[in-house]
Amino acid sequence: MTEPPQPLELMQQWLRAQLSSDAWDWLSQTTIALENGGADRALYLAISLVPRKLGKAVLVLNADDLAAADAARSGWRPAGGSVDQAARMVLMLSATPGGEEFARRLEQLCITADVRETIAFYQGLPLYPEPERYVARAGEGVRTNMKSVFEAVAHHNPYPSEYFSVNAWNQLVLKAIFVGSVLNPIQGLDGRRNKDLAHKLIDYARLRWAASRAIAPELWRMLGRFADSGMRADLQRALASDVPAEREAAALALRECPHEDAAALLRTVPDINSNIELGRVSWETVCRDALIP
Amino acid sequence: MKTIDPHIHMSARTTDDYEAMAAAGVVAVIEPAFWLGQTRTNVGSFIDYYSSLIGWERFRAAQFGISHYCTIGLNSKEANNEALAEEVMDILPRFATKEGVVAIGEIGYDEQSDAEDKYFRAQLELARELDMLVMIHTPHRDKKKGTSRSMDVCLEHGLAANKVIVDHNNEETVKETLDRGFWAAFTLYPQTKMGNERMVDVVRQYGSERIICDSSADWGVSDPLAVPKVANLMAQRGIDQHHIQMTCYQNAINAYGQSGQFNETDWLNPAPIDQRTLFEDNSVLRGQDPRIDAVDAPVKDAATG
Repeated sequence: MTEPPQPLELMQQWLRAQLSSDAWDWLSQTTIALENGGADRALYLAISLVPRKLGKAVLVLNADDLAAADAARSGWRPAGGSVDQAARMVLMLSATPGGEEFARRLEQLCITADVRETIAFYQGLPLYPEPERYVARAGEGVRTNMKSVFEAVAHHNPYPSEYFSVNAWNQLVLKAIFVGSVLNPIQGLDGRRNKDLAHKLIDYARLRWAASRAIAPELWRMLGRFADSGMRADLQRALASDVPAEREAAALALRECPHEDAAALLRTVPDINSNIELGRVSWETVCRDALIP
Repeated sequence: MKTIDPHIHMSARTTDDYEAMAAAGVVAVIEPAFWLGQTRTNVGSFIDYYSSLIGWERFRAAQFGISHYCTIGLNSKEANNEALAEEVMDILPRFATKEGVVAIGEIGYDEQSDAEDKYFRAQLELARELDMLVMIHTPHRDKKKGTSRSMDVCLEHGLAANKVIVDHNNEETVKETLDRGFWAAFTLYPQTKMGNERMVDVVRQYGSERIICDSSADWGVSDPLAVPKVANLMAQRGIDQHHIQMTCYQNAINAYGQSGQFNETDWLNPAPIDQRTLFEDNSVLRGQDPRIDAVDAPVKDAATG
């Protein structure tokens, strides 16, 4: 059985199929020059020149391409990316084999990056050699409040769930709620639920309620399993909300709560319960409803 | 009418200015990298300044519906600190071709010292290597000679005249600038340098081919509404609408559009303004209601509420 193609080869295939021959020639020639020991300056210039040379079109991928991506690097999901983003990764990965040199160059690129570059560098996190080196850099991306940059780290990216400490992970989820982003596209979300995060989120939710402000329904997804009597009272309140997605989220959370009170509360909303069992209501639909203003 | 201010230092201006400019019809601005009123002492200050031009200031302008572009360069005053200038030259290429960078600039002469000449030439070489436009700052003292010399040096380094915008022209320099095929920009300062009435006379005499008006508004006494005001004044003085359109809008597009980074569609067909967007933990809004243009939001099925 042959090895599946590496992410670098896949991106090169996709770009070759989509780019004009002139654009592809520039990319392949630049890649070859950089592979043969290009200086820092040549790499940095090439990376920033990419949109001027190749444009910024959406990278067109089909289901087979996405399956190949996942086979090449588990969790890698390049859907919704652009040609400049992919080309920047091709240049980075070809120019620098790995280790300390890659980390040094990536850091230099990040501190002088424009917004599109910043997004590309964070979306590329799962593809980098010795990925454990980039935990601090990824944390910078989470600290940013520019939503598009934050989401480059947080969404459709296997890196945080694989490499973040508990504290860094909890900050990522809190920040997502805080900046009005959504949780469902965060990979590994359910697997990394923890009691500390549940308590941080319920504190936040109670502050919002005290200020008569709405709570993102997805927040309850992190709480169900850890719901003590206080949180169960909060879930009961959410279960009585005017907003359907809030009621549904509370019911979904209660189903994950082992306490017998939870089962009793669920019996008060038989319609939602049956919709959940029929698959009509799920954390995915709660997230989708959150995206509709 | 829509106007463009192709030379204004917005980092030094307030959100009131952005609001007033948008209300007066300014649709796009170019912010040249320059000095900050005092000289910087280390290269990190330049890195953060250039980063703000390609990041934060673009974002800030967009929140008021104004498209923001910039030029990247080492200004002439700070070229005189040679040790620092060397370090800046090392990092400059890393910013020169970022998104929205329309030229290398503003560069040129201040005292016309040897160090200024050295780094002016080095940046012209960079512009040639990267096939970029150049925005020239002409000196305020010994202007006529300094302007001629700036153009000589550009041609000496193989740049085409139509790829170079020569700024801070006046009645003494405009003829040579135009005759040699360069773009002639005029800075409209409230009291000094070019006043608005003088600008009207220049257009009356020379027409509008390759003539560009700008404010160069910065941290000094200056007027961020200079371009819309001079457009009005030209109209009052009976200047043909075509000339007003060219000098206060179209020539900036024709000149800087050569970079491929300055496209009319950016502001004619913009993304809706949404001031709720956050940037680096720091929204420009503090307590006031955000300005949110209508967007075509997906409409929920009435049955599901």
